[in-house]
Amino acid sequence: MAGLGGRMSTVVKAKISKLLDRAEDPAETLDYGYQKQIELLQNVKKGIADVTTSKKRLQMQSQKLEQQVVKLDTQARQALAQGREDLARAALERKTVAQTELQSLDTQVTELENQQAQLTENERKLRTKIEAFRTKKEVIKAQYSAAEAQVQISEAANGVGEEMADLGLAIQRAEDKTEEMRARASAVEELEAAGTFDDLTQLGGGQDDIERELAQLGAESQVDDELAAMKAELGSGSGDGDSPQLGDGEESK
Amino acid sequence: MIVRISGEGQYRLPDADAERLNELDNAAVAAVEAGDRAGFADLWGQMLALVEADGEALGDEELMGSDVILPPRDMSFAEAEAEFTGDGLIPD
Repeated sequence: MAGLGGRMSTVVKAKISKLLDRAEDPAETLDYGYQKQIELLQNVKKGIADVTTSKKRLQMQSQKLEQQVVKLDTQARQALAQGREDLARAALERKTVAQTELQSLDTQVTELENQQAQLTENERKLRTKIEAFRTKKEVIKAQYSAAEAQVQISEAANGVGEEMADLGLAIQRAEDKTEEMRARASAVEELEAAGTFDDLTQLGGGQDDIERELAQLGAESQVDDELAAMKAELGSGSGDGDSPQLGDGEESK
Repeated sequence: MIVRISGEGQYRLPDADAERLNELDNAAVAAVEAGDRAGFADLWGQMLALVEADGEALGDEELMGSDVILPPRDMSFAEAEAEFTGDGLIPD
């Protein structure tokens, strides 16, 4: 198969040869192979543990984001109560970004949990295969001639090697995914530092990076809605003419 | 023939399925190259369904290499694209 199957097969097979470089003597291959398998199983266990740790870190980031959403909402209300619509808007824009990221983070943490369960199940399967290899190697040593043994060993080692290589790839993929999520979540977390009134006051004409990023994300309409809702709640939105103090901040949009 | 779904496990399929699987695979590749997301999702789903319907899961103690290894079930369109344009699903 030249397509998806072919490409994937090539990748995994390359990994197998890297994992199980074989000795010349079949009997030697057997013992060495088993020893190597046990060794690699430890790596697999460590890999799964790493994925678990990363997942926990992501869950913590998710909690921090939740707090940030609450904080920004409170700040927006305070700003609006003081007649600073520009500040309220900036806070709500940030809140929208944090909320979006939070949603995506939660979805991905759930996905990662499923992956983790699958990795653990496959690790169990791999252990069973390694054990089967151990049993088989004794049978091969006892019963087969060197030439026959070569064929048997090759097949058995391929079976275990493939299981191992594939599990290794799955762990790597889970780790890459976690890293990507962490990077994104951190970027949003940085908004937290800027989410204070002091920093908001310095936004000026909306020229800072965060403002530009926010604008790109098209958070505008949600912010408008929320702002309107807040105004209604605070009873300050009864008429535009009632808030002349907002005029100065309008340039920053 | 033995087929593995990466990240899941191995299945034993009748040899007669090889041709069908190959057809679907080629069509899936064509869909990726044409940027046809819906087409790709459909074909990829058909490939997985074929393996599941005709395949019998290999026992945990069976030690066999696969004839074909399919990418992980949750492969995204972007990952499929990278298979043919860049480093592949998982760079070496």
